[in-house]
Amino acid sequence: MILRELSEAFGVSGKEDDVRAVVLDAVREYVDEVKVDTMGSVLAFKRGTGQQRMRVMLDAHMDEVGLMVVGYDNDGFLWIRAVGGIDPRLLPGTLLQVGPERIPGVIGVKPIHLLKKEEGEKVPKLEDLVVDIGTKSKDEAKKLAPLGTYATFATEFRELGPTVSGKAFDDRAGCAVLVELLRGERFRFDLHAAFTVQEEVGLRGARVAAYGIEPDCAFALEGTIADDIPKDKDVSPTTELGKGPAITVMDRSFIADRRLVRLLTGTAKELGIPHQIKQPGIGGTDAGAIHLTREGVPSVTVAVPCRYIHSPVALLSLDDFNNTVRLMRESLSRLTRRTLERGRD
Amino acid sequence: MRELIRKLVETYGPSGAEEQIRAVIRAEVEPLADELRVDPLGSLIVHKQGGDEGKRIVLAAHMDEIGVMVTYVDEKGFARFTRIGGVNPLTCVGARVAFADGTVGVIGIEEKRDDTSKAPKFEQLYIDTGATSRDECPVHVGDAATFVRPFVAQGTRLIAKALDDRIGCAVLIETLRRLERTPHDVYFVFSVQEEVGLRGARTSAYGIEPDLAIAVDVTRTGDTPECAPMAVALGKGPAVKVQDRGMIAHPAVRDLLVQRAKEANIPYQLEVLERGTTDAAAMQLVRAGVPSGCLSIPCRYIHSPSEMVDEGDVRNSVQLLLEVLRTA
Repeated sequence: MILRELSEAFGVSGKEDDVRAVVLDAVREYVDEVKVDTMGSVLAFKRGTGQQRMRVMLDAHMDEVGLMVVGYDNDGFLWIRAVGGIDPRLLPGTLLQVGPERIPGVIGVKPIHLLKKEEGEKVPKLEDLVVDIGTKSKDEAKKLAPLGTYATFATEFRELGPTVSGKAFDDRAGCAVLVELLRGERFRFDLHAAFTVQEEVGLRGARVAAYGIEPDCAFALEGTIADDIPKDKDVSPTTELGKGPAITVMDRSFIADRRLVRLLTGTAKELGIPHQIKQPGIGGTDAGAIHLTREGVPSVTVAVPCRYIHSPVALLSLDDFNNTVRLMRESLSRLTRRTLERGRD
Repeated sequence: MRELIRKLVETYGPSGAEEQIRAVIRAEVEPLADELRVDPLGSLIVHKQGGDEGKRIVLAAHMDEIGVMVTYVDEKGFARFTRIGGVNPLTCVGARVAFADGTVGVIGIEEKRDDTSKAPKFEQLYIDTGATSRDECPVHVGDAATFVRPFVAQGTRLIAKALDDRIGCAVLIETLRRLERTPHDVYFVFSVQEEVGLRGARTSAYGIEPDLAIAVDVTRTGDTPECAPMAVALGKGPAVKVQDRGMIAHPAVRDLLVQRAKEANIPYQLEVLERGTTDAAAMQLVRAGVPSGCLSIPCRYIHSPSEMVDEGDVRNSVQLLLEVLRTA
């Protein structure tokens, strides 16, 4: 399963080399051209059958949230800062892999035996946490993990029956969907796939990728928040596991093109593919950068619901994953220039 | 202009769903255009051709308005919502909203709140369409609605929802109607998605590559009881923007507006706005940069369902734009 390789690859924003290598290997033989742009995004081109003169961009970001080494104390512990949105509540006691050599590390935590009551009630600040890689001096630590070294969670991919768990499903789930789409038959239009960098720190890779591609429309593929855990009030789950791909109508970064939303929901209804509308107003994706490129790009985001994203381990349903691939493939096969014609409104 | 303004403010058009308002504006401007197109994000661009000696000028007013979007429908058929643009929860309570198909909902507020003296949070508000169950509810997650309020003209004041910025649209349409000859290539841009981040103006300006851009939008005033100080008042003429939170007006554009107002004896005010910004802020930074400014129509109660402008300010705005376009 390509999702396993992608999930286990190392790829904190700005250091996506490992994921890039997995992506290049996975898509090379299925596309007509592939290159790496100046920021480091993988741009793969798959020619269409020539029936629709159209450039369609499919985007998924390769980078994941993580940590960066920013200093040392005299006993050889590493100081860290977050890269992207990391919740410090989740960090104490987690297992890390530090740097390209994947040096094992642990985020230090005081044993419960020694914990004072007040300490136990507070969430530690990131500035107060240290990573223990077993070194005993500042010099030794510096040598193994020079300043600026990245770290990510050391989480293995696991299959749990109908669901799978692993790290970085945001957005390796989207990358895996995109790989599956590239491996299939040609579409009628020219397909420009962008596996982008630095989404988690500000949609940076997608912005320049879209500028270069100049697409007629764009689809961002994501792994998004599922918060279908029990609540004390009848209010919205952002998305729910098992209810199919989540289509974004509006989030903090953009408002989806209604014609593309209709294409997706119409296709889903026609074929009986389960789908859901993501709770509007939450989060942001590469579509936020893509839709404002040049003269504007009609865009939409389609996501695989994932529980516990931005944490050491997330969980997704393989049914949702497969339905996302199917919904995208079927919708894209129905996408024509007419889909984007405005007519007389 | 009153009938035009009534039609514009009473038409549905939240950010991202401008189809209906675009069709209304299109019907008004199409006979007057040398060329007309809708760009990829949905902004309506009307081109009025000029001579060779003039500039390529953009006049932009946004056609979208603030609104709400359904985020969830509960078991009993009540819809929870989020805002589209800068909606104030205080003006939501008791308000009516209408969806694209005309369905009307009433905004209710949870009575069990920790502190009822505080402004409610959006999580404490809901839309009641009269439905009694989720299945029966006529509105769905992702559906957008705008506030409902009829247009009123009383004395010289005009009162309506969405004067921000349908009054700017009205000024543009009237200017286009009365524009006889101009040395400039003028692009009247009715932009989308201003209220959620100046998005349509940015992409349409990229496409047009103007030499000069002027946004026409509303601005706040400092003439109501116990309000924040601001040297702009209703009825004292259009306001020439000096700066706001997103932009410092290009001095040449600011001076051009001031000079033409003086020459034609049109009353005007200078404006420094401490909250908010306009499409001009986005247009200014497109490509290699565009000298940009803003002509503002003073407006009370912005982003409430009852905004108020002065009809004289509106007419003088049209007059001033005509003066700007008349000569090189």
